[in-house]
Amino acid sequence: MSVWTDAWDYITSSTSWMGQNGLTRPTFDGGWSWAHDSILALTIEHLYMSAAAVITAAAIALPLGIVLGHVRRGGGLTVVLSNISRAMPTLALLTLFAASAIGFGNRAVIIAAAIFAFPPILTNTFTGMAGVDADVREAALGQGLTRMQVALRVELPLAWPLIAAGLRTSAAQTVATVPLAALVAGGGLGVIINTGLATQRYGEVLAGGVLVALLTLAVDGLMATLQKGLTPPPLRIRARSAA
Amino acid sequence: MDAPPNPWLSWRYVENNWGEISDQLTIHTTLTLEAVAIAFAIAFPLAVLARNVRWLAGPVLGTAGVLYTVPSLALFALLAPFTGIGRTTVLIGLVTYALLVLVRNILTGLEGVDPDIIDAAKGLGYGRWRLLFGVELPHALPSIVAGLRIATVTTVALVTVGVVVGYGGLGQLMFRGFQSNYRAQIATSALLCVVLALALDLAILLAARWLMPWARRRRAA
Repeated sequence: MSVWTDAWDYITSSTSWMGQNGLTRPTFDGGWSWAHDSILALTIEHLYMSAAAVITAAAIALPLGIVLGHVRRGGGLTVVLSNISRAMPTLALLTLFAASAIGFGNRAVIIAAAIFAFPPILTNTFTGMAGVDADVREAALGQGLTRMQVALRVELPLAWPLIAAGLRTSAAQTVATVPLAALVAGGGLGVIINTGLATQRYGEVLAGGVLVALLTLAVDGLMATLQKGLTPPPLRIRARSAA
Repeated sequence: MDAPPNPWLSWRYVENNWGEISDQLTIHTTLTLEAVAIAFAIAFPLAVLARNVRWLAGPVLGTAGVLYTVPSLALFALLAPFTGIGRTTVLIGLVTYALLVLVRNILTGLEGVDPDIIDAAKGLGYGRWRLLFGVELPHALPSIVAGLRIATVTTVALVTVGVVVGYGGLGQLMFRGFQSNYRAQIATSALLCVVLALALDLAILLAARWLMPWARRRRAA
């Protein structure tokens, strides 16, 4: 089948990995951006956008989840947030941003992806913190630990398996969301698919699809390994039953 | 010179383009319902099989899990060269995503049935099929309904990604609005998407309440 051979040719040629003119291209204002004809550059851009989105989301969701979980309030809020984010199409957010002052391109995509990365981290952090055995909390408070110490040194380690699971879900989901950036003039591996469809080169479309899928599975696998490595052994069994 | 007004919400847009909007809304709705229905028709036997044949549960859930991880854009890209541009491609993609949620929830529901109840039914002489449809299925319904709701809501959102193969329902309007910087078109279609998701969610919830009068009574008691 010619689509397969086209895809194979595309994925095995060194120009499609390194680009016609290297990994970067100059922009009109004297800066540079990642070249959009190089798989390598697009992969780096893809990972950078995903990381930026997840880190932004985690920077807000983790402290918020820890505080809300510690005081055991706001469970309804986390449920509502995750429900809304499920009903809201990513494309809707991207196009809404594009037509607003936020504009389009990578920055807008990172903001949109961060919004979708937010609920899984918040929900899991909240559930993990709020789910810590009340007796354990009592015991820690009774020993004279301050609330801060109870939250960070007792509840947080116990909630870690769930928090790590949330971070993993969030990261995998973000890497899978970023390809949509190509539809609103952003970068990342989705560009290969979008360009291929626009130019009717279906081999490239197929190759792009395989690359995006592999990258997502790789990130998911990496996060799973990290999650396992960073979880203290006694907590691992519970992590498995929670996931 | 002032820029021409470009409001986010405009009733005139809706009035003037109602034909197109309702067409895409219909496509969006039927595509969602069809995808969830097909996914359920595949997921139910799969879940029953995975429940009865123990060693199959891991591979079935594992495969569905891997398929679920594949990004929607990539899945449409993988299908497009073979199934072409248009409805079939989107439908296959949507079914694939709805599958994992449904299989997982149906399986959880079936496994959560109290063994004593199954024992009692067997003791009463229930055969395998009557046991499944008369006893286990009603007991698993809450979990199945939860799965159906999640699957439906995510499917409504996913249909929009179909724009890459030219069949995205309301996503089509969003994308055209993006291309021509037409705010009313983007906002209206985005709103309709969310409203459609909530409406279908509510419809399933009401249908479930009607189907499970016992759950209603228990809550009231």
